[in-house]
Amino acid sequence: MSSTRRRMTGIGRVLVVVYAILALGASGRSFVQIVERFDQAPLAFTLSAVSAVVYILATFALVFAGSRVWYRIAWVTISFELLGVLAVGTLSLIEPTWFPEATVWSFYGIGYLFVPLVLPFFGLWWLITHPPITAGQDAAPEAVVTGR
Amino acid sequence: MILWFAYVQVAVAALGGLLCVILGLAGRRPSDLTVGALALLELLLIAQIVIGIVAPLAGNPPTGSLLEYWVYAVSVTLLPPAAVFWALIERSRWSTVILGIAALAAAVMVWRMEVIWTIQGA
Repeated sequence: MSSTRRRMTGIGRVLVVVYAILALGASGRSFVQIVERFDQAPLAFTLSAVSAVVYILATFALVFAGSRVWYRIAWVTISFELLGVLAVGTLSLIEPTWFPEATVWSFYGIGYLFVPLVLPFFGLWWLITHPPITAGQDAAPEAVVTGR
Repeated sequence: MILWFAYVQVAVAALGGLLCVILGLAGRRPSDLTVGALALLELLLIAQIVIGIVAPLAGNPPTGSLLEYWVYAVSVTLLPPAAVFWALIERSRWSTVILGIAALAAAVMVWRMEVIWTIQGA
């Protein structure tokens, strides 16, 4: 186990699992929507696919968030996801005709029990409270002994 | 799909899921009971795969998108083994919670499959 990477502990695993399930659901749904009826709602289905990619990236980034590069990617993807659910949620209320079918971010994720709305806050909280161990700390013996 | 069997799957998934979440939050590590609940769910989901293949041949075709049904069916069947594997890498209370979350997600997905089969596009 590398001392430069924080082990993914309990609640972090729960977060990863929820992101993975959302990634799975969003990917499946957008895949079917695009294959079967893309022309019916190209904007909504494109956003659906974008959200799936973001969730997949966020899931991997969280798994590897002990590394500083992945930590930053996690910040970017989760922030993007938060903006996405707020923006698309609002847009779907203002222009419902653009969203004839539910997507994971429409109406703030109501079709997914608002998990897409709540999850990024949880994700950002986790990132703030679990920064990667920096090279400076890593040089100190305490970090190696107490790093969890 | 067969409606009563869909109910059975949703019930096992929802009850098993709640059981795992509650036991996990209470501090229990994965046990025969909690992992067993997901194993039972997996058996039902595999049976559902078979039903999904046989039913249209027996005069019970889906009214909705076959593609969408199968994307859900394959995904949901992969969920319990993935959750058990992932959770058992670290046998903690959160692992039990993870089993529960996966089971609850499966409950929602099976319900969605039932809707696709019987209501969507009808």
